[in-house]
Amino acid sequence: MNKNLTWKLVVIVAILLVFLAGIFGVPKEWTGKGLLASITDRIHLGLDLRGGTHLILQVQVNDAVNVDSDNVVERLKEDLRKHKVNYADISKPDPVNHPETIVVKGVPPDQSSDFKNLIPSDYDAASGAENSWTVSMKAQSLADLKNRAVAQAIETIRNRIDQLGVSEPVIQEHGLGQYQILVQLPGVDDPARVKDIMQSTAMLAIKQVLGGPYSSQAQAMQDQPNGLLPPDSIILPGTARASGDQNAGETWYVVSRSSAITGRDLRDAQPSQDQNGQPAVGFSLTGDGGRKFFAFTSEHVKDRLGVILDNKVQSVATIDEPIHDQGIIKGRFTLQEVQDQCMVLRSGALPASIKYLEERTVGPSLGADSIRSGVRAAMVGMLAVLIFMLIYYRWAGVNADIALILNLVILLGFMGYFGAVLTLPGIAGVILTVGMGVDSNVLIFERIREELRNGKTPPSAVEQGFGHAWITIVDTHVTTIVSAAILFIFGTGPVKGFATTLVFGLAANLFTAVFVSRVIFDWILSRKQRGEALSI
Amino acid sequence: MHPERPTTSDQRLIFEGIVRSVEFFRDTNIDFLGKKWYFLTFSLIFSVAGVLSMAFWHGIPLGVDFRGGTLVYVKYAHTPDPSAIHNEIERAGLKNARVQRYGPATSNEVLIALDIQETSEQDLSKGKDQIKQALESNAVPGRQDLNNSSSLTILNHLLEKDPLHLGTGADANPRYTAVAQAIVNYRDKVKSGVLGSIDELKTVVDPAVVVSLQDSFFVSDFGIRNVEIVGPQVGQQLRKQAVLATLYSLGGMLIYLGFRFEWIYGVAAVLTVFHDTLITVGAFSLLNWEISLTVIAAILTLIGYSNNDTIVVFDRIRENIKLLRRDKLSDIVNKSINQTLSRTILTAGLTFLTVLALFLFGGEVLHGFSFALVIGILIGTYSSIAIAAPILVAYQEWRAGRGKTPIAMPVRPGSGPTQPKEKVKV
Repeated sequence: MNKNLTWKLVVIVAILLVFLAGIFGVPKEWTGKGLLASITDRIHLGLDLRGGTHLILQVQVNDAVNVDSDNVVERLKEDLRKHKVNYADISKPDPVNHPETIVVKGVPPDQSSDFKNLIPSDYDAASGAENSWTVSMKAQSLADLKNRAVAQAIETIRNRIDQLGVSEPVIQEHGLGQYQILVQLPGVDDPARVKDIMQSTAMLAIKQVLGGPYSSQAQAMQDQPNGLLPPDSIILPGTARASGDQNAGETWYVVSRSSAITGRDLRDAQPSQDQNGQPAVGFSLTGDGGRKFFAFTSEHVKDRLGVILDNKVQSVATIDEPIHDQGIIKGRFTLQEVQDQCMVLRSGALPASIKYLEERTVGPSLGADSIRSGVRAAMVGMLAVLIFMLIYYRWAGVNADIALILNLVILLGFMGYFGAVLTLPGIAGVILTVGMGVDSNVLIFERIREELRNGKTPPSAVEQGFGHAWITIVDTHVTTIVSAAILFIFGTGPVKGFATTLVFGLAANLFTAVFVSRVIFDWILSRKQRGEALSI
Repeated sequence: MHPERPTTSDQRLIFEGIVRSVEFFRDTNIDFLGKKWYFLTFSLIFSVAGVLSMAFWHGIPLGVDFRGGTLVYVKYAHTPDPSAIHNEIERAGLKNARVQRYGPATSNEVLIALDIQETSEQDLSKGKDQIKQALESNAVPGRQDLNNSSSLTILNHLLEKDPLHLGTGADANPRYTAVAQAIVNYRDKVKSGVLGSIDELKTVVDPAVVVSLQDSFFVSDFGIRNVEIVGPQVGQQLRKQAVLATLYSLGGMLIYLGFRFEWIYGVAAVLTVFHDTLITVGAFSLLNWEISLTVIAAILTLIGYSNNDTIVVFDRIRENIKLLRRDKLSDIVNKSINQTLSRTILTAGLTFLTVLALFLFGGEVLHGFSFALVIGILIGTYSSIAIAAPILVAYQEWRAGRGKTPIAMPVRPGSGPTQPKEKVKV
């Protein structure tokens, strides 16, 4: 055997070992069970095989924009008054579709430069007909705000799911959609509770209650001076619990627009009990929040306070004495509801509400069945190919079979190293890799047979066979890898798993079918007499 | 090529070596181009049938991924009665649910489908929850269905009730996690997803756990195996992405082949692949089988795979044009197809074997996917011989008819068919 060939064999064995390590890692114990455990440790099963929930949700980013522009409206009103700039009306004409746009009407022309000075730096003001101004958020700031809302939502959702004890969750931006988040929860196939927890915006505010409960919004309006709601108050619905009467039906409250404290002032939330021993949400405030709350409650002794969660009045209580930094939210909660509520309060508020767009659940029994049938199909397909190659090409078939098995080892090793996920279509991709990978061997072997038939000696036929087939093999692999790569970009979940195995498998095939197979041929030829026939 | 040629003893030995091995399609000499009208008729019949079905009969039967809607796959402990299930669901207020048996008869499964109209993004899983409630006819108020609870739900219950009196110590969580997992494993792996009663668990976990479970759970007679709910927005998004992915894939082929060969080769290959895609989608339409995301994945794979065969033939044509400059292009093409025929049939056959294994043994979930591959590989192999090459020849003949030189291969400086004297006759 010449030196060159020895080196090539060393390279092949080294690669084999490297990729075997990719599949198995360094197993803790060298038993069947230990090996299986180390495989499952490195090659992760997709949701479709292990069971779990796949969700796509959309952050309603306009909520976050509305919060920002509402603040700007409030600030502008104040600033305009302070700087004695006159205006007739200030409003948001289309908060649903264009939450970033504010229209100010009736600004006298001689005050327009004063007006423009009061516009916040991330907004632009354009003058329109009849002394009106359109104030809108700058495109860049708007995009930043929306992206920040998505990033913040991902962070909050991750905090919440981490506390639920879900193992290996995936929470990431879903780039194929707009402001969408992909959440995968392995092992959770009854997602109702998790979904509720994720969806809770957990916007907490404690506000002064000015009136209520009313049985309808209209009744609340009637109770206002001149039937007009003062600008510093708002009407909010209450939960059935707030009134303390389960059969009360709809309830509405008039509360102050400004909040005594918000979720940001919260330090902690823990399950607690009210004076009757019923489960309640206990909370404590940060130093700043505590001081603010103490000042507020000192001023408002005997007034009523409302705890508002997600824009619903949860509970109303009268301030008996100034409160420092502790409190409870009462309601007719179950223990589980209290625990979940504490958890979402601790994890912080979502910057915007979320909407579920897609939900897929695979039960573990289906996953187990899928593994069984997938592996069975893979075994049958692979054996059929391996046996056919042996019969049709005999010793060269052994060569092809070695190359194919090495192909699979490299494919699985790649997946181990890259932490790729094996899905059911991914198993199909493994089988297809075998079917398509053997194409390269057939191409080369047929070419070698043809060259032999044309009277070439075995070494030169092998040389020619590999030389001619190489270009074709590259072409065929590139086209298949191109379509698989496009699948990888456009696919999610199972389909992505399929694209992954196909791409890795075909890339590995370039190496095994061409390099490994060639080395084996060279090795066989080096042991033969000149002119001895080649078994192909 | 000329095995009858006198050979040296060495070569005879080699040749005998070949003869002893199995070989199909050796030295074939079939006039493929001469049969192009038969091929064209065959392709037209299938394409037109598919297109007609898409236009007037079944349309393109889109799966829930693209259409949106709710699918709930339910496995029963006994043989299910679809019409009784339908009635139960109808009573719950879902008028347009489709209920059908699913999978092999022994698996006791039904598929319950709701239209997109009953799947709203405001409350995405409402339809599924209604179905579940309607089917849990023996529900006990305040208790959960153990057959449709995950190990996490069971774990939470155990941690709360603490039937083994482990307290809040550090080992409570891992101990109960193991218990919950054992319950779920027994249900899903031994009982294929449906427990007959909570008592059955006595063989698996501590009796105290069973007693505690009986206080908070009941068992229904079914387990939900799989749920797919796709809202309108995602359905539309996936439709767009599937079309884009297919177009990008075809475009990618066109560019790569145009770059590696001549543009007409790229066009011929892409037309061929388009023909394959059309017939495959047509087959789904004719059979009224739903096209899901994985079917699109299979079709994209076929776009790549079907090109393989075409490229192998084109590569040989290119090589032979250099060798046999004085032959007619149609002869060269015929010769090239014949030379690669054995390889084409062999690899198609081998890939077909693996795909057939998938179709037969891969299970219900992959049925559409493997069916697309089965059809596609048959059509893809046929078309690389019967469609791609004739397009190439037809184009050259059309060019020659207009008195232009044929484009057959990339121009190499100083040689090749572009030089007038050595031009390929057509």
